[in-house]
This record gives sequence, C-alpha cells and structure tokens, in this order.
Amino acid sequence: MAESPNRSASVPPPTLALNPQETLTADTFIRGLWKENPVFVMLLGMCPVLAVTNTSINALGMGLATTFVLVGSGVLVSLLRNWIPKQVRIASYIIIIATFVTVVDYGIQAISLELYAALGAFIQLIVVNCVILGRAEAYASKQRLHTTLINSLGMGAGFTLALLSLGTVREILGNGTLFGVPLFGEGFQPWVIMVLPPGGFFVLGAWLLLFNWLRLRKERKVMQGSGVAANAG
Amino acid sequence: MSNDAHVQPQTPVQPAATPSWAMLRTLGGIAMISGLLVVLVEHYTQPIIAEKQRILTEKAVFRVLPGAVAKHDFLVTAEGRLVPAEPGVSGDPLYAAYDAEERLKGLAFIGVGAGYAGPVQVMFAYDPECRCIVGSKVLKSNETPGFGDKLDSDPEFLRNFEALDAGLNTEGTALANPIVTVKHGTKTEPWQIDAITGATISSRAMGRAANQAAERAVPAIQRDLATLSQPN
Repeated sequence: MAESPNRSASVPPPTLALNPQETLTADTFIRGLWKENPVFVMLLGMCPVLAVTNTSINALGMGLATTFVLVGSGVLVSLLRNWIPKQVRIASYIIIIATFVTVVDYGIQAISLELYAALGAFIQLIVVNCVILGRAEAYASKQRLHTTLINSLGMGAGFTLALLSLGTVREILGNGTLFGVPLFGEGFQPWVIMVLPPGGFFVLGAWLLLFNWLRLRKERKVMQGSGVAANAG
Repeated sequence: MSNDAHVQPQTPVQPAATPSWAMLRTLGGIAMISGLLVVLVEHYTQPIIAEKQRILTEKAVFRVLPGAVAKHDFLVTAEGRLVPAEPGVSGDPLYAAYDAEERLKGLAFIGVGAGYAGPVQVMFAYDPECRCIVGSKVLKSNETPGFGDKLDSDPEFLRNFEALDAGLNTEGTALANPIVTVKHGTKTEPWQIDAITGATISSRAMGRAANQAAERAVPAIQRDLATLSQPN
C-alpha cells in the first residue's frame, strides 16, 4: 500500500541523498532478484536480453559476464568514490567498466572459444549496458564497499536469472533442447521462430505479462484485504 | 547582492570548483589501475587462448580429413608462395595433414563467403591426387537456424563436397573451372554445387568460399606438392 504512492511522488532520490549509507540487510541482495530486477522491473539492458538468449548456455554466459563486470566495477567505484570529482565521474566509471569488460573478454576466450564466438560483439557491448553504469552512478558511488558488493551480486544474479528465464524457454521451444541436452524424441518439430530475434520479444513479453499479472493480483488482494478490515472496523 | 545570499542559504555551502589537478589525478590514477589490470590479464590469458585456438583448428582439420593424426601449418603469402607458418609471416593458413605412416593425407584451407546474415567461414579439405575438394566444415556462421545451418548437416548438400572438382588450368595458375553454386537439381558438372532449397543464399556463400579459397591455395599446393609431401 505504502509503496506505490511513494514511487510516483519522487520521494526516493532525496531520501537516498539525505541518508546515503544503507545498512546491509538481506534486502540489499534480494532487491536485485525481485523488487528491482534490472530486466523485468527496471527494463534496463534490453539489448543483450533479446539478442543472446537464444540458448541457455549463452544466457548463462552473458549473465555471469555481466555480473562479473557489475561486481568488479561496483567495488572499484565504491572504493574510489571519495576521490572521484563530480565533473569527471562518468568518464571515470566508463574507464573502470571498460577495464572489467576487457578482463571478462579475455576470460571468456580463455574459458571457451565456442561461447566467445556465440556471444560475439555482445561481450564488448557490456560496456554500454545501462544496468552497470546505472548501478555505478546510483549506488556504488554513494555506498560503502560491502553493501555495494552484496547489492551488485544481487543485481547480477537478478540479471542472470532473467536472461536464463528467457534462454531456457527459447531453447526448449525453438530447439527442443535444454543446455544442449535433447528433451524430446525424434518427432519434435522445433518452433524455429523462438530462437530467432522475434522469439526474444515474444518470450520477454510473455514473462512481463506474467509478472505484471502476479503483481496486480497481489495488489488487488491487499486492497480487498484492507477493504474488509476497514469494513470490519 | 547581500539579500540574495540570505535568500539562498544553499549557495555558500556548495564546495569551491574542483581544481583541475584533482580531475587529472583521478583520471590518470584510474587509467593507470585499468592499464595495469588489463595488461596483467592479457599476459596471463594469452597463452591459454593461443593453445585453445590451436586445439580448435587441429580438431577441425582432423575432422575434415579423417584418418589424419598430425598436421603442419603453412601460409600462402600474398604473392601466392607457400611458406612454413612462423610468427611474423602473414598469409592465408594452409594445413597439411599426415596419417600414422607420415604420408600426406590431404590439405585443409579456409574460405569466407558472404551469407544471409554475415560472413560464412568454412574449412575445406583438398585431396591433391584427385585434385578435388573432399570435405567441408563450417567454422563460423550466423545463418538462420533451421535453414542456413543445414550447410553443415544436410546429407544431400554435403554430397557436393565428396569430390568437388578443383582442377587447375594448363598453366597451373588458376582453377580451370570456377566453383559455382547452381539452383537445386541443376548440377551437371563436377565443379558445381547443388544448392539447398530454401537456403540458396547460404549455399551460394559456401560456393563462393570454396572458390575463393581454392583459387588461392590450390595453385600453391600443386606447385609445392613435393615440399608438402614430406612431413618435416
């Protein structure tokens, strides 16, 4: 009940500025998974979400790579936060993010060249993923190291989870496999469009529909509950 | 003026403009940390990546030339000469594969053709005795799943590459007949590739890749066959 009016009435930014140091709670981590999920709630970083979720392996690889960059850049930004003048902060964040993207680029090549080929340019494009710059600007630059670490891990996990929920559905429908393992018999006719770009939009749309429906249902239940309570009182 | 200051109590609280040296210090410091990190990671991962690349190429060569157990790397230089692959020499790679008795099993080279969704990179196997392409494996492609990716799996299409004629002209400088992809069901000559129905553009990419690669590699192979036949 208290949440929705708060969000619309532009209260959160000043509160965060006045009370900059968040205390570490379970919510610091879980927020990224659910309430502030970068993909399903904030709708950030849509480009890799749609482009590289045609198989679960690609989705997992991309999710972990992004998590690494999120955590690495978050930690460094948080460590240097008192040293970075406001005027050059974006340039500083971009250098830091680009560094970790380069590291992850080499790392993936060293781990698997097949995965590297499958993800293609989207690894380098993590640099411009707005989830990461957004986190650096809105969170890491204001918060202490340990809360930043946990929050970035949560955001990364939420992003990975979202990519996986698209990747698994698209791979099962479009290819009949999950993590490369065939699920159905010989007779399975793959729904090819699901692994093509339009499939990304279809599946993302379906997930958003489901989550919004769940959220609305919950809100309606809360409303009804309070209505009943008010009547009873 | 003094009135203004009273009306806006926030203005004096704002810190003075950041001196330039602070910005320079920050950017310079961050750039240094970044550079150090990148160099360290590059230094550590480069040997691993090179080794992975080597294994991947070797696997592909042994797959297009079954029975091969060893390979030697050569390069076809821009002038069309064949030289052993060494660091510092540039050219198109050519792999000579040998069987267990150290006899030349065949050669492998890589061609690229523009496909439906970007370049299609293919490794071809070449048999110097029959003077024809005897195998293929797509190394890299973004072709549409279900259509274009049949290049590597459609048995009827792969039959094209069992003995695709790549004979040279009498001077030995170029292919006698360029390798071309023709419409499905109209293949009449041994240097033609019968396209896959529904994936004509991808099939044409494969034909162009084969023609381009053979045009470069085959004259060099036939001229220096003696060198290639010796494993060392």
